Amino acid sequence: MSELTVTESTFSEPATVGTDSVPSAVQNIVTVRLPTVLRPQAGGQASVEVGGSTVRELLANLVAAHPGIGVNILDEGGELRKFVNIYVDDEDVRFLDKLDTQVDPGVEVAILPAVAGG
Amino acid sequence: MLRMARQAWLEMLAESWRTYPEEACGLVAGPTGANHVTRFFPVRNAAKSSRVFELDGMGFMKAERTADDAGLEVIGVMHSHTHTAAYPSPTDLAEAMKPLVPPSWHWVIVSLAWGFPEVRSFALEPSSDHFELGVSGIAEERLLLVN
Repeated sequence: MSELTVTESTFSEPATVGTDSVPSAVQNIVTVRLPTVLRPQAGGQASVEVGGSTVRELLANLVAAHPGIGVNILDEGGELRKFVNIYVDDEDVRFLDKLDTQVDPGVEVAILPAVAGG
Repeated sequence: MLRMARQAWLEMLAESWRTYPEEACGLVAGPTGANHVTRFFPVRNAAKSSRVFELDGMGFMKAERTADDAGLEVIGVMHSHTHTAAYPSPTDLAEAMKPLVPPSWHWVIVSLAWGFPEVRSFALEPSSDHFELGVSGIAEERLLLVN
């Protein structure tokens, strides 16, 4: 769109977009589906829009916006807890690059409990 | 008490026999806030075992999406026992207490150990936040079939 084409004479400083926690000026906004248990901590929403270019950045921004979610999905070292599954467009991130998995605009990320029993 | 549509009940039994001797598993869904199962979603047992089950993550996700689109909520998990009665094992109790598993979930167990199906449903007791393994924290609830 032509409105987005700006020159130095238009702005003296670069425009900033998004949250402070993501250094990159341009970031992906993707949909993150939340498990039922975490929805109350996100105002009851089944999914939220979050910025980030990797799963790790997405989770950092998700937790920054909804702090109650963090302890449930990440351990003390910031890694994914064993009972949590994260999917990027139907692919389990454990079989991709784990938390460093890249997310492209438009993908859907889902957080789900790993449910098992005997 | 958990109400269950006969069709969902029949599909649960069919899935249990289909996967026998491996354990079957799936999700049960119904209208939000009502303890009423109107749909059963079979989910692949990723453990492929006659002793344990593990809901396939992608199957879980697809079932949840379908339930969401139909205006339903996943309200519990079903699995079969192929060699023991339809009561939660110590593993089931531990799993039901995991942080991301909704404490309001119903745990429906189908046993095929006796040659004919035995179906029971269980729910966590409200005060069971800090229960220790082996101590009661999950109680059987009445399962009522409805049309």
